[in-house]
Order: sequence, then structure tokens, then C-alpha cells
Amino acid sequence: MGGRCIMANLIMFIILAVVILGSAVMCVTTTRIMRAATFMLFVLFGVAGLYFLLDYTYLGAAQISVYAGGVTMIYVFAIQLVGKRTLQGLVERVKTSRAVCGALVALVSFAVVALVLLKNEFVSKACCSADGGEVPMEVIGQSLLGSEKYQYVLPFEFISVFLLACIIGGIVVSRKEEEK
Amino acid sequence: MVPIEYYFVLSALLFFIGVFGFVTRRNLIAMLISIELVLNAVDLNFAAFNRMLFPGELEGFFMTLFSIGVSAAESAVAIAIIINVYRNFHSDQVNSIENMKF
Amino acid sequence: MDYSFVFLILLLPLFSFIVLGLAGMKMPHKTAGLIGTTSLGIVTALSYYTAFCYFTAERGADGAFATLVPYNFTWLPLGQLNFDLGIMLDPISVMMLIVISTVSLMVHIYSFGYMHGEKGFQRYYAYLSLFTMSMLGLVVATNIFQMYLFWELVGVSSYLLIGFYYPLQPAVSASKKAFIVTRFADMFFLIGILIFGYYTGSFSFSFAGDVVMADGTAPFIPVDVMKAVAAGGFILPTALVLMFIGGAGKSAMFPLHIWLPDAMEGPTPVSALIHAATMVVAGVFQIARLFPLWVEYAPGQMSIVVWVGVFTAFYAAAVACAQSDIKRVLAFSTISQIAFMMVALGVCMPGHHGEVLDNHAQLGFMASMFHLFTHAMFKACLFLGAGCIIHAVHSNEMSTMGGLRKYMPVTHITFLISCLAIAGIPFFSGFSSKDEIITACFAYSPVVGWIMTGVAAMTAFYMFRLYYGIFWGTENKELHAHHTPHEAPLNMTLPLIVLCVITVGVGVYTTIAGFAGWGGSFGSFVTASGAEYNIHFDLQVAATSTIIAIISIALATYIYKGEKQPIADKLYRTFPKLHRAAYKRFYMDEVYMFVTHKIIFRCVSTPIAWFDRHVIDGTFDFLAWGANEAGETIRPWQSGDVRKYAVWFITGTVALTLVLLCI
Repeated sequence: MGGRCIMANLIMFIILAVVILGSAVMCVTTTRIMRAATFMLFVLFGVAGLYFLLDYTYLGAAQISVYAGGVTMIYVFAIQLVGKRTLQGLVERVKTSRAVCGALVALVSFAVVALVLLKNEFVSKACCSADGGEVPMEVIGQSLLGSEKYQYVLPFEFISVFLLACIIGGIVVSRKEEEK
Repeated sequence: MVPIEYYFVLSALLFFIGVFGFVTRRNLIAMLISIELVLNAVDLNFAAFNRMLFPGELEGFFMTLFSIGVSAAESAVAIAIIINVYRNFHSDQVNSIENMKF
Repeated sequence: MDYSFVFLILLLPLFSFIVLGLAGMKMPHKTAGLIGTTSLGIVTALSYYTAFCYFTAERGADGAFATLVPYNFTWLPLGQLNFDLGIMLDPISVMMLIVISTVSLMVHIYSFGYMHGEKGFQRYYAYLSLFTMSMLGLVVATNIFQMYLFWELVGVSSYLLIGFYYPLQPAVSASKKAFIVTRFADMFFLIGILIFGYYTGSFSFSFAGDVVMADGTAPFIPVDVMKAVAAGGFILPTALVLMFIGGAGKSAMFPLHIWLPDAMEGPTPVSALIHAATMVVAGVFQIARLFPLWVEYAPGQMSIVVWVGVFTAFYAAAVACAQSDIKRVLAFSTISQIAFMMVALGVCMPGHHGEVLDNHAQLGFMASMFHLFTHAMFKACLFLGAGCIIHAVHSNEMSTMGGLRKYMPVTHITFLISCLAIAGIPFFSGFSSKDEIITACFAYSPVVGWIMTGVAAMTAFYMFRLYYGIFWGTENKELHAHHTPHEAPLNMTLPLIVLCVITVGVGVYTTIAGFAGWGGSFGSFVTASGAEYNIHFDLQVAATSTIIAIISIALATYIYKGEKQPIADKLYRTFPKLHRAAYKRFYMDEVYMFVTHKIIFRCVSTPIAWFDRHVIDGTFDFLAWGANEAGETIRPWQSGDVRKYAVWFITGTVALTLVLLCI
């Protein structure tokens, strides 16, 4: 089954990669903010697809529900609240010099990072590693709430408190000031 | 199985598209969106590393999971700040809040 | 006997200084004055009690009172050398405690009347407390360095008190002058201390006699004089002479005396306390404190002390004869009398190593301390009397006075008694002490003896010139017409009476005891070796000096008593240049002005100022300019544009990665 499955995986990967990269490029180049948010949504979906492809189903589900469901909603609301002008498409002009500069930095950096990643020997190590298959839900649950080694109850609790703090912080920061 | 290099290149590209967006955009929300792209690139890398190099372990998996949670919290606070900035400066452009300079 | 209470003697004035200094302005005058006076009263009582206990205690095997150290702790350890702070009681420090606390208490009481209603009354009392604390700390010091600390504190309080009337320009200049001149001298003192400490390995005075240390006190590091002697015979004498220069500055010896007459710009009670009775004798005290070292290791250099003293005594007496400001007369008289004490210390015969000091050969030490004591009393009385007079006529000039004896009987009598004391008439305290000094001088050298006798005669002359000028002579009718002089209130006359009683009481007892050879006189308490010494007057010297004093007084009476003073006028017309020179203090101030302005300022200070302004300032200006320019250059980098930061951040990271890759 190996050969065909790999082929199918590769095709899926290429499709997802095209979607992700295309949406990402559109997202950062479009002048309309609402479109940017929508393209971001596509990127997020694509990344979730990659998680599915990696057999991390839970991760993909979390990506879709938290990111695509939650975070994108926040952005959309924020855009609605913030800019009447931006909303109407009266948008920023990107300075050419700045765009060139940014592109240059990004390209050079990308080249360096790609060099580092590709030169490494763990690439060859990966070839021989087996396919782990789907991570069972039980393992995830045990790991999240266990306190043994390689188990994550402390970060889990910590992130809960952190989320609570962020909720309160968000309310406090964005709350309307009382009339003096 | 997809070769790991593909994931690397994909995530690196995504990362630097995010960086490009962050550097070029002036709108605060657009900048934030770029940051989300960067974060996703990193998450993807973690997941791919875990799957490809250490299939028996779950460190990268949980790192990604927590990263998703943290980025949700981060965007909530960032959005709250942006709304406040908009209220105070009547602008959501980044150069409107440059009074910290000098 | 437990002397642990003596720390209160230092602490109470300090406490009163802090209270008055911090909260004084919020208090009414009376409260502030009462706080100062009460604490001083307690200090006086404690001093007397200390003296009583100390001098009634058993003498040691060598006949001397033991040196007690109730407190001593290491303040600043510096490797081999330690700076200690503590309290040391020995005959001279206990005697000084009495002098300082008595005069200070009298001045505190007197100031109630004299400073009545003055602005800054509370500040005045705060300064007085500070001064008293410093002076007491100076005399009970356990080591030279502590002495130096309090010495400087005394200088500061003197500066503050001279400049008390700081809105008036002369007071400000006088205070600066006093501070700078004494500081200049103190520099030598400090150098002397450092030389001494470096070569002997200690700052302590513990070379003299038995020292009884209380429990828990830091022990003295013994003075290793032999090391200094081994390092070179000139080292100890050099250190001592340098310290003497410091003492000469404080005690207004020629040519460092110029600050003292100007210091009279301060309030008169301050002049009585600081510039007559206590601070100015600090130099004498310092020599007395280091006296064993002088006689053992620098006997040859003592002649410097003698001749500086002799010249100062003569010079000051000569100037005093021509001054018209009554406080200036008293100031020069003070300089002259302190010079007497210096001479008395200097004429002591050198000792021989290892021998007990010979009280008879070193009579001068006892005489000097005795004169310090009696002089403090009668000179304070004279100054306070002068204060009453100034208070009454609102002027310092003798020409505005005359005929005041009718208006101010108490002041008149006390002033007369003090004048008789300073002139050296038997049965007054000055006689006994001055007579001992002159005896000691004759034992040293007849030349010094005769000069000092002559100066004593001049003293009698100018004091009675002053006395007649104030209380007799022509009354200034014009001035008195619209302002009749009146006697001072009781709180001003009471101190005069007390000081007079001390003068007469001490004088009568010591005179009789001196002729009869009884004990119990001053020699029973303070002597060079510490052993008891019965003062016995040399009849020849006593008779000579008494006769000369009486002749001088008679001369002064003849010249100055009358309504008209034809002889004085004639003398003035015959020697106008001499009079003018004496009135101008033989142009010493002008000499100083010439030296400082024309020579030092022009040839030394101007180039230094140029160097400072152009080279040193230029360097620092350049550094400041460089820092400023650098700041201006990199300032725009902090643009507040977060995207630029991101670009730089990424660039840096990439660069770093590349560097690491290449390595």
C-alpha cells in the first residue's frame, strides 16, 4: 500500500501547501483588512489540514475550533469595531520602498533558514523513522492531566489561569472609561 | 510519507510571509494577522518535527496545543489594546502611537 | 569611681543642638534659650561633679592622678592604624571641662539678655550648643585624630557664630577670613598628625603615665616613639612643629593672628566664649597635651614656641595700645595673653629620657594652664562687660563712651576687677598665674623674662587706657542726650558677678597660698609631671611685676583719666606715624592682602585658573559634547516604529545565524 499512500499524501500536501502559501501571500498583500482576515482563515484551515495529514487529528480539531472558530471571530469583530474607513475599503498605501525592504529581508532570512534546515543531518534520520499512526485520545487525555514525566498537568493548569487572566485583562483594557 | 524538507520549506515560507506582512503593513490588525501567520508556521514546524523525528513522543504535539491556546489569549489582549488605542487616538494605524519615541 | 556618666557631657549639648537646629524655628525664643541653657546647666553640674570626683580621688604611686578612659571605641580601623573615639580624663582635660562649661553657661545666661529679640535667636543657641559640644569633645579626646575632628568642628561653629549677622557684609567677610586662616593652619596640623601616625603607628596620647581603661573599651595602640626616632631624629620634631602651626592658627599666634580681631564682628557673648576663653586656647591645650613629647623629643624646637609667643605677645600688646574699638582692644589683649601661655609652655626645661618630669624646672606648664584658667574667667568677664556697654550705647567705638560709671555701676565694678586681674595686681587671679609665668621665663632666660615683664606692663597700661576711656573721661553728651545709657538687666549682670567672684576668690586664695607656700592651689591639680606642686612665689619677681603694673596703671591714670587728655594728644601729635601704624596693626592685613592678591593670586592662581578653565574643563566639555553627539546620533534609532524594530531584529538574528554557521 506504501507507494500509493505516499503519493496520495504528497498530493494532499502539495494542494494544502499551495492553499496555505497562496492565502498567506494574499493575506499580507491585500489592501482590504476584511479580506486579509478571510485569507488568514484559509491559512488556518490549511494548517489544520496539514495536522490531519500528519495524523494529529486532535491538533487539527483544536486548530479549527480555537483558531478558525475563536480567534478569527475576534478579529472580525475587532475590524467591525475599529475602522470605519478601513472597513469601507479606504485602505492604507504600502510604501514601495518599505515593501521592497521587507521583501528583501524576508527573502534573505528565508534563504538562511532554509540553508540551516536543509543542511542538517536529521533530515536523513527522518527518512528511516516509522509512521506512528493516529495518537489515541486516551493518551492525550492522560498526558494532559497526568503529573508524571512527559505529562502536562502543570502547563495545562497554568494555561487555564493564563486564559482567565487574559479574559480579565481584555475586559479591563477595552472597557469604556467612566465619564468623569 | 511526505519528506520532512517539504514541511520545513513550507513553514519557513509561511514564517517569512508573516514577517513580510508585519514589516510592510501599517494597520495594527493587519500586523496582528501577520503575527498569527508566523505563529502558525512555528506550530506547524513543531508538529512536523514531532511526527517525523520522534514519532513515539508527544512533546511537539503539546507544544503546538499550548501554543494555540496562548495565541488565542494573546490575540484577545492585543485586540483589546487595539480597540483602546483606536478609542484614544482615533486611528488604528501603527504610526499614530509613536509618542513613545525619543 | 564610675565615670560612665561623662558621655552625657558630650551628648547633652549635641542633643540640644539637634533639637534647636531642627525644631528651633518653630519654638518661641524663650523655650529655645531655656533648652540650650538647661542642657548646659546639667553639663556644668556634671563637669563639676566629675572634677570633684577626679581631684579628690587617690593619687597614683608617682603622685599623679591616674588617666582615666571611661569610653573608647574604634571608629575607623585602617589596618595598622585605628581612628578611635572616646573620652579621656586627666588633669588638664578635667580642668578644661570646668573652664568650658562655666564660661559657656555664663554666656548662655548672658545671651538671654544680650540677644533678646534678635532674629535667629534659636539658631544662635543651636550654634552655641554645637560649639560647646565640639570644644568639650576636643579636650576629652583620647587621640590626636579625634582632637583634630573636634578641632575642625570648633572651627565650623566659630565660622557660623562669627557670621551670625550674615546680612551684614563685614560679618560675612570676617567669618570667611577666620575660617580660611584657621583652615590654612589646620592643614599643617593634619600633615603633622599624619606624619606622627605614620611613623609611630598610633594616634593615641597613651605615652603619658598610667592609663586606666574602663571595661569594654578599645585599647590604645601604644605609641612606638622609638620607631620614629630610629627613622630619623628630625621626624618627631617636624611633626610637632607642624602641629604647632595648626595650634598657632587657632590660638592666633603671629602671623596667623589676623582673623581674631575681625572675628569680633560676631555677637559679643560669642567673642567672650569662643574668641577669648575657649576656642583660642585650643592651640595652647594642644601643646600641653603633647607636652611630654615636646620635652622629650623636641626640646630644641620649643624655642620656636617661645619666640613666636614672645613676639606675638609684644606685637599684640603694642597694637592694643592704639585701638579705639573696645572689642578690638580686648581681642588684641587676648592674643597677647594667649601668647603668654604659649611662652610659658615653651620655656619649660627639656627633660631627660626616662626621668620623671621635674615640676620645678617645668613650672611653665603649670603656669600656662593656670593662666589659661584665670584668663578664661576674667577675659570672659571683660568681654561680657564690653557687651553690656555696647548694649547700652549701641556702638563699639571708645569715642561714643566715657563717663559711663555713673550709669552702669555693676558693669563698672566688674570691669575694674577684671582689669586689675589682667594687669596682675595681687589678690586678683591674674597676678598668681602671670607671676608664675614670668618666674618660669626668668628661669629660662632673663631676656625673655624682662620682655614678658615689659609686655605685662603694657597690658596693664592698655587695659586701664580702655577702662578710663569707657568709664571716665568726657561724657559724650550729644549722644546721651537722646539716649541715656542704662545698666544691663539682671540676666546680663549676673554672669559678670559670678565670673568676678571666681576671679577674686581664686586670686585671694592663690595669692595668700603662694606667699605662704600652702597647698591646695592650682599646682595641686595640674602640673607637668602630675605630682603635687606647691606654688611658692619668688618674692623678687612678684615685687617687680607688681610695682611695674602699678606704675603702668598710674601712667594710664595720669594720661587718660581726665576730662581732657593733653598728654595723649601730645603723644599722638609727636608720633603720628607710630600711632597710625599701631592703629593699622602694623599693616599686617595689608601685607596679607599684598601677598595673597598680588603674588599668590597673580602668579599662582591665575595660571591654575586658566589651566582649570581651559584644559580640565575643556577635556570634560569635550567628553560631554561627545556623549551628547553620540546620543543625538543614535536617538532616531528609537523611532517608536515597531516595524523598524522588527526589521532590525530579524536582520540581527540572521546575521548571528550566519556567523554561527560560518564558525
